[in-house]
Formats: sequence, structure tokens, C-alpha cells
Amino acid sequence: MSLIEIENLTVTFRAKGREVRAVEGVSLKVEGRESYGLVGESGSGKSTILRAICGMAPVTGGQIRIDGQPLPTPRGRAFSRQVQMVFQDPYASLHPRHTIDRALSEPLAIHGFGGSDAKVVKALTDVGLPAAFRFRYPHQLSGGQRQRVAIARALMLEPSILLLDEPTSALDASVQAEVLNLLNRLRADRGLTFLMVSHDLAVIDHMCDRILVMQHGRAVEELAHEDLAGAQMTTAYARSLFDASADRMLDPAGGGA
Amino acid sequence: MTGRAVLRLIRPPGRIEADALTFDGQDLTRASERDMQALRGKRIGMVMQDPKYSLNPVMTVGRQLTEGLRLRDGLGRADAAAKALAALDAVQIRDPGRVMEAYPHELSGGMGQRVMIAMMLIPEPDLLIADEPTSALDVTVQAEVLSILDRLVRDRGMGLIFISHDLRLVARFCDRVLVMYKGRVVEELAAGNLLAAAHPYTRGLLNCLPRIGGPRGPLPGLDRTGAWAE
Ligand SMILES: Nc1ncnc2c1ncn2[C@@H]1O[C@H](COP(=O)(O)OP(=O)(O)OP(=O)(O)O)[C@@H](O)[C@H]1O
Ligand SMILES: [Mg+2]
Repeated sequence: MSLIEIENLTVTFRAKGREVRAVEGVSLKVEGRESYGLVGESGSGKSTILRAICGMAPVTGGQIRIDGQPLPTPRGRAFSRQVQMVFQDPYASLHPRHTIDRALSEPLAIHGFGGSDAKVVKALTDVGLPAAFRFRYPHQLSGGQRQRVAIARALMLEPSILLLDEPTSALDASVQAEVLNLLNRLRADRGLTFLMVSHDLAVIDHMCDRILVMQHGRAVEELAHEDLAGAQMTTAYARSLFDASADRMLDPAGGGA
Repeated sequence: MTGRAVLRLIRPPGRIEADALTFDGQDLTRASERDMQALRGKRIGMVMQDPKYSLNPVMTVGRQLTEGLRLRDGLGRADAAAKALAALDAVQIRDPGRVMEAYPHELSGGMGQRVMIAMMLIPEPDLLIADEPTSALDVTVQAEVLSILDRLVRDRGMGLIFISHDLRLVARFCDRVLVMYKGRVVEELAAGNLLAAAHPYTRGLLNCLPRIGGPRGPLPGLDRTGAWAE
């Protein structure tokens, strides 16, 4: 049994009499402690899959199971202790007028856990931020620091699964490296499982053990990590993504061009 | 910030100071607010990274795209709609009819980004300031959008200021690059030479990049202790 099992998932939005099939019959399995990547066409349903897991998208077919259990609707508290999501734009998950302290202690309060002071300080230091950042507001932090806070918040309830939607695409190269290193360290230390979306195949290659390529709501091809660098894809679409990423193969530090 | 300053969109207490800031011979530090209004959007367009801040959340995409065409250019409803549809098509939107009727929150990140680009390109500006315009796009759509921008630069002589974190993208797409750190230009070079840059900051950034088939250990960090970081 895999930790995350998605079987034949279909998501259909209805707006003004129109139907939009954002996800159509997608199946995937993610093992515990695995890091699984979703890549593909813009608008192909990657974010929608993450939202469907969280109960935030209109699922019209298929099944999602975590640890063998179908998920209840609404998702409820047990789910938030198991699965958390991190977005590209940490502003989306951090309230602009709440201090970092409040952002981090809130999940604990909601779930009735005490001792939040010490936990907040530890959460900040775990993501490499000074404890004094508790008293700041999101706008007083840099983009990379905000993303660290968003990660710290996601980890407050000690979930086993992190859903990451383009977590570093708004960050510059050096800050991206720091956040990726942080995510990898946390995954190793805590045995986390990642389901991660990115458009940058170099980031995906660096972070993920397996990859699902998506186009137009459908799963096109699943690749093992070695198959990406080894260009072992079999579908034309996956190949076109790879070809368009030729510049991501170069070793920029080697000065090659 | 530099992009906004060109359009004089800096709010107090921020101030713009420049020895020279000219657009097509016009001194932008002295231009009246009215002159600036005439430049913004029409002759100088700006695309922001995040559609959430530039698209109106309570207006359909179609209305946002056609509003300018109808008010500024006096086009009729049908002509404006046809032009807007063509613009969405040009940025590789799969289902332009549906997207015209959609509200911004009904679009994916990359779709919203393409809508903004379409909106900026409709008035055919002479200068486009694009802040991370393709950061949410998959690489094949990104290539299409870049080739649209490239055609505008080549065929129509549009100027393009492309602001990006993506060093490899800048290296293959732009002509010249200014590398900035903390508000200052640390290096100017031909984009083709970017990957061979000598400046320690630029080299440091290049060093931090993961690559396909690269080692999976921790990525090198940026050493900010050099004299350049003062
Ligand atoms: N609330 C909504 N109402 C209607 N349609 C929606 C809604 N949210 C998403 N969609 C549609 O679902 C499809 C998939 O969107 P999704 O955000 O999952 O794409 P994505 O793969 O994450 O794309 P990107 O790489 O651009 O972020 C798109 O066609 C989008 O317009
Ligand atoms: Mg998305």
C-alpha cells in the first residue's frame, strides 16, 4: 500500500453552464518518504490535483486514499495533521496583518495543543530563522524568509506529507538553493513525503524520485528520476518538455554555454 | 523597482532620482503627470509577475482585454472581442472563448500570466517592461511566449526590459544584461556571456543552480562575504 493513492481522479469545474474538465482520469501512487514531481503544461491540472487532495476542488470521479483510507469530506482535523500544502506565493498562506508568531501558533491553537511558545521558537530555528522573527509581519520579511515561514507553518502539526506548489519559482537562484536544501534536510530528518509541482525540470530532477508529466488534464507519462536525465521518455510531449529544457542540463558553474 | 521607476510609479516616501531618465527623447523626470499617463500602457507597457495584482478579480478576462480597445481605440464590441481573442490565441491559450468569459481566479497561474501578456501587447507598446513574465509557464509555452516577444522586438522594433531570476533563460533570450544586487548594478555584460560571467556575485548565483543530471547533495550557497556585497 502506498502512502498516497490517487485512482482515476476527475475534477470538473462548472462555471456559467460550461464544464471545465481540469483533471481527467489521473492515477498516481506516492510511497512513504518518496518525493514525487508533477510537471507539464500550464493549465494541465497540476495545482488542481493538489487542491483535490486537500478537498478544495470539485472531484467528480475517482478516489484519493492516504494510508489506505479514503478521505472524508470535509477533510477535518486528522487530515491537517497528516497533509499540509505550501504555495508559490507565501502571501497566499500568510495573513498580512498577523504576526509570524500568530501564523505559527494558530494551527496549534486550533488543534488544542499547548506549549506553543517553545514550539514556535523551535519551528523558526528549524527553518533557519532567528527566534526574534516571531514579532514581525509578513511584509517585513524577504521572499525567501516568507517561504521559510510558510514551510514552518506547514510543519507545525508535524504532518507526514507536504504538497508543494512551485515553492521556489518566485525566488532568486541563491534563495531557491537555500529553500531546496531546507526542504531536503527536513524530508530526510522527519521522513516526509513530498508531492511537488515545478516548471523547472532542473529543480524537479534535483528534488524528485519519480515524475508524472501532465498535459491537458491527463497523465501523459511517468518517469523515474534516472529516466529524466537519461532522456528515456517515450511520449512526444514529455520529450518536448525535455528538449525545451536543454539549458537546464548545462553546468552553469562550469561556465559552459 | 527600476521598472516601476521608469513609469514613475513610485509612491512617496519613495523618490526617484536620476542623472538622466529619458524615453524616446522625452525627459521622464520632468514630464507632467499627464504626459506620463499618455505613455503608460499605450507606449510603455508593463507586465508584472503575479496576475493576482494586475488583473481585476471581479471582471471577466474578456472585459479586461477589450476595455482599452473600446475606450482608447474606439473599437466596436465585435471588433474588440475579435482582437482580444486573437491576442489570447497568440499567447497559446487553448480555449480562448472559455477564457474570455472566465474570472481570473478560474485560471491557472500560467494562464493568468499569459492573459496579462496579451493585455499588454494589444496596444502594441514601443517599450515593454516585463517583470518575470514567464515564471509560471511550462517550458514549451514559455518558448512560444518568448518567440512572440522576440518577433515584436525584431519586426516592430519594440524595446524589451526583461526582469528575471532565471539566469539561463536570460542568457539565451536577451541581448544585454545588467546584474543587480541590493539596488546597485554590479555587472553589465552581453547576455551570451552571462554563463561565463566573472563577477563573484554573478558566479555565485550560477553556482547555486541545480541541473538536470547534476549531483543531488545540498546546493552550494551564495557567499555574501565578498567586498562586492558591501
Ligand atoms: N475555480 C475554477 N473555476 C473554473 N476553472 C478552474 C478553476 N480553477 C482552475 N480551473 C481550470 O482548471 C484547469 C487546470 O488548472 P490548474 O490550476 O490545475 O493548472 P496547472 O497545471 O496548475 O497550471 P499552471 O502550471 O499554469 O499553474 C485550467 O483550465 C483552469 O482554468
Ligand atoms: Mg498551478
